[in-house]
Amino acid sequence: MPNDQSTPGIVAGRLSADQIAKNFGDLHPPLDAHEARVAADRCYFCHDAPCMTACPTTIDIPLFIRQIATGTAEAAAKTIFAQNILGGMCARVCPTETLCEEACVRNEAECEPVQIGRLQRFATDTFMAKGGHPFTRAAATGKRVAVVGAGPAGLACAHRLAMKGHGVTIFDGRKKGGGLNEFGIAAYKAPGNFAQAELDWLLAIGGITVEYGKRLGDDLSLDDLQKGHDAVFLGIGLAGVNALAVSGSHDGLASAVDWISALRQSKGKADVAVGRDVVVIGGGMTAIDAAVQAKLLGAETVTIAYRRDKAAMAASEFEQDLATSKGVRILYNAAPKSVGKEGITLARTATQGGKLVETGETLTLPADQILRAIGQTLEGAPGVLAIEGGKIAVDATGRTSVAGVWAGGDCATGGEDLTVTAVAEGRDAAEDIHTSLTGGA
Amino acid sequence: MADLRSNFIGIKSPNPFWLASAPPTDKEYNVRRAYEAGWGGVVWKTLGEAGPPVVNVSGPRYGAIWGADRRLLGLNNIELITDRPLEVNLREIKQVKRDYPDRALVVSLMVPCEEEPWKRILKAVEETEADGVELNFGCPHGMAERGMGSAVGQVPEYIEMVTRWVKQNSRMPCIVKLTPNITNILYPAEAAKRGGADAVSLINTINSITSVNLDTFTPEPTIDGWGAHGGYCGPAVKPIALNMVAEIARSANTAGLPISGIGGVTTWRDAAEFMALGAGNVQVCTAAMTYGFKVVQEMISGLSEFMDNHGLTSVDEIVGRAVPKVKDWKDLNLNYVTKAVIDEDLCIKCGRCYAACEDTSHQAIEMGEDRTFRVKDDECVACNLCVNVCPVENCITMKELPLGEVDPRTGRKVEPYANWTTHPNNTAANCG
Ligand SMILES: Cc1cc2nc3c(=O)[nH]c(=O)nc-3n(C[C@H](O)[C@H](O)[C@H](O)COP(=O)(O)OP(=O)(O)OC[C@H]3O[C@@H](n4cnc5c(N)ncnc54)[C@H](O)[C@@H]3O)c2cc1C
Ligand SMILES: Cc1cc2nc3c(=O)[nH]c(=O)nc-3n(C[C@H](O)[C@H](O)[C@H](O)COP(=O)(O)O)c2cc1C
Ligand code: SF4
Ligand code: SF4
Ligand code: SF4
Repeated sequence: MPNDQSTPGIVAGRLSADQIAKNFGDLHPPLDAHEARVAADRCYFCHDAPCMTACPTTIDIPLFIRQIATGTAEAAAKTIFAQNILGGMCARVCPTETLCEEACVRNEAECEPVQIGRLQRFATDTFMAKGGHPFTRAAATGKRVAVVGAGPAGLACAHRLAMKGHGVTIFDGRKKGGGLNEFGIAAYKAPGNFAQAELDWLLAIGGITVEYGKRLGDDLSLDDLQKGHDAVFLGIGLAGVNALAVSGSHDGLASAVDWISALRQSKGKADVAVGRDVVVIGGGMTAIDAAVQAKLLGAETVTIAYRRDKAAMAASEFEQDLATSKGVRILYNAAPKSVGKEGITLARTATQGGKLVETGETLTLPADQILRAIGQTLEGAPGVLAIEGGKIAVDATGRTSVAGVWAGGDCATGGEDLTVTAVAEGRDAAEDIHTSLTGGA
Repeated sequence: MADLRSNFIGIKSPNPFWLASAPPTDKEYNVRRAYEAGWGGVVWKTLGEAGPPVVNVSGPRYGAIWGADRRLLGLNNIELITDRPLEVNLREIKQVKRDYPDRALVVSLMVPCEEEPWKRILKAVEETEADGVELNFGCPHGMAERGMGSAVGQVPEYIEMVTRWVKQNSRMPCIVKLTPNITNILYPAEAAKRGGADAVSLINTINSITSVNLDTFTPEPTIDGWGAHGGYCGPAVKPIALNMVAEIARSANTAGLPISGIGGVTTWRDAAEFMALGAGNVQVCTAAMTYGFKVVQEMISGLSEFMDNHGLTSVDEIVGRAVPKVKDWKDLNLNYVTKAVIDEDLCIKCGRCYAACEDTSHQAIEMGEDRTFRVKDDECVACNLCVNVCPVENCITMKELPLGEVDPRTGRKVEPYANWTTHPNNTAANCG
């Protein structure tokens, strides 16, 4: 008997492989050339455009959209890549509804922004399909920089440094690069192995060597890196996950990040096991992604339990709607208390006088799989670095408390934990490293 | 990035995009920022005689027409030449040219039709070390009523005379800016050439009334209850300007006379089209007035991408490329036969092609019971109207009939090239 949606336990193959492949298709299908022209036509080419200010990498949005409108998508892509070398991935994963598109002036009059993210994808896809790299490397400077972490922050930093002629070595603890682009982002946001394709394309600038399976802390020390290089950039993300403080034990309790990471590495997704009744604990992007993907794999019921109310949820309105449209139930004001054979018991909560309190009511949900998505933590940061609020303390240009060491992305203070923010911070740190290596301040 | 450097009648600029003489170039503050934004050159807002400057209306100067989404398609203005004192303009021109030696700076001029005023102003402009002068024979309102602007531009003899004065009294390159408000653009262009002009620029604005307020029955823009015709420019005038440029480029008497193309240039593509039809560079006014100076960045990147994709290494390689293909009607191949073809997969069954063809053309489209639209080859004259009214891109295309194939409409085989001059119906041709 093959499995189906009501098969108990955590099993693979609840849906046909075909159905699963379909479910994991592109969340936002790409625009065709005509759609892109119509979408581009809506842009007003605003002066000092608010959308541009809202983009963490400050892409010249009006210019690139105008370039699409005039039939020069490749020029548009160059405008994008000049600010954001991972513009292809960002076009797919940016929560545009809280970034550029939220700021678009078209919202004022029509409640309907210009489709900036999809237009960005049209331009970058067009460029990448044609092949070739948009930039050429400056003459070699002879300076060497170590970049730890091949996630968005590390890659953006390495690319900008290589472009300026510095020699870069990227070290990553994993066997594969891309960071959360490869292991974290929801599969339906970047299908078709895009993260690896983009990584290879990015490295075509030249001057970058990557060493996989090299962990800072285990295989490398900051000291050695500093001795062998003129500067060090840390883009190690948040490698740890928070534990769930509940009583009891449950075989199906796992970290959502780990489960997603395994899912991302599966080719067809049909071999990924998922529960019949899945409960996801958390209120951020990870919780949404875990829940939606569990549903797409065929879980019969998926519930997100979030301890605060809807307004407090870190996941945007758009993402919450996406989850519910896929059949996920979001339970607000429900904090985990205990787990066991019966499933998971949640305490109902309320906010009173600005404080979250339990109302005394509880609720037990059947659960054969419980995924915790209650935040990631910094792991493996060298002890000599000053830490602030659980992150490596940096200034506006990414300098840490130790001279010659920069950091950016999720592991460092400042900005939201987003791909696009990591890119901006990696790029800006590279600019500052360049200034300092070439005799500037 | 292609090499966009331009050399127009000896005036060098980093790219062929100049701002036309108009409000964007009326003062130092603007011109400096225009250069910073990337413009290759500017033609300074038209200067008049020394003395009390002209006076502009203080009510609305502009009227416009828009697309449904408020895209500005055509702009109308009743502004005059600069209303700032001559000395101030000259002082600023000198300063700006000194600070931006690599950018083109041409000064537009309009003074009364007598030699003395022209001598005086040319001397003053020469002292600024500007790269050249442009003679404004085009302004169609206000100044024309005073015997200047298009009042000169409409009389070829005056154009020739003033151009000659300018060439005799100055060593500066001289561009003559033409008005489109004439019967045949070749007359003023030939006159400019006879007078010794180094180049012509065109078009200036077209006489226009953009709209009428139907509550007050006044033309727009309205100044205290009345309106006067203005000059029309912007994307809507481009086809008119393209034709005039092409006429000058291909006419035996004016071929080779350098042309600065103006009129509705909004994107790199517009610029490339002007250049392909013979313009050595382009000038832009309305696009900058609509979108700001930054709009030039798209023109630069777009032209560069176009040149790279076509393996062109200099903008001069674009100039005039389409001129040999512009012909008289009598030269067109009357044996060339095409038929409209509807792609039923793309068709959304709106019926616009049917209405257009059935009601106003050749009844060559049939509509089936299930709203399937099909072209009747035995009726289709290949007019292209259906292609132009169809809302779906590439849904209707034109298919060429090969030599020897029978045209179901005429029952005749497709023959090799033959034009009107030898056509049997042409009595003039037959009486030999
Ligand atoms: C499930 C999930 C979904 C997400 N969805 C989105 C989304 O849709 N849109 C969005 O904008 N953001 C999303 N994010 C956030 C986004 O992925 C991160 O903000 C971004 O990847 C941070 O980039 P980074 O380079 O700082 O870190 P990471 O992407 O985490 O990369 C860090 C890299 O460093 C390596 N590393 C870690 N420790 C060491 C060490 N000690 N030595 C050597 N190498 C080490 C890791 O292997 C990894 O390759 C999501 C995050 C998660 C977890
Ligand atoms: C408000 C306004 C003022 C203008 N003033 C002048 C002028 O002083 N001298 C001149 O030669 N042309 C003048 N023009 C015409 C422009 O230089 C240009 O020839 C015309 O607008 C067509 O180009 P466009 O379609 O790019 O606007 C003016 C145009 C406008 C809109
Ligand atoms: S990078 Fe992201 S935020 Fe910036 S413009 Fe593109 S989609 Fe918007
Ligand atoms: S705010 Fe909207 S309309 Fe304005 S430039 Fe940005 S995308 Fe275009
Ligand atoms: S106008 Fe175009 S889309 Fe409409 S019916 Fe005709 S062919 Fe079809």
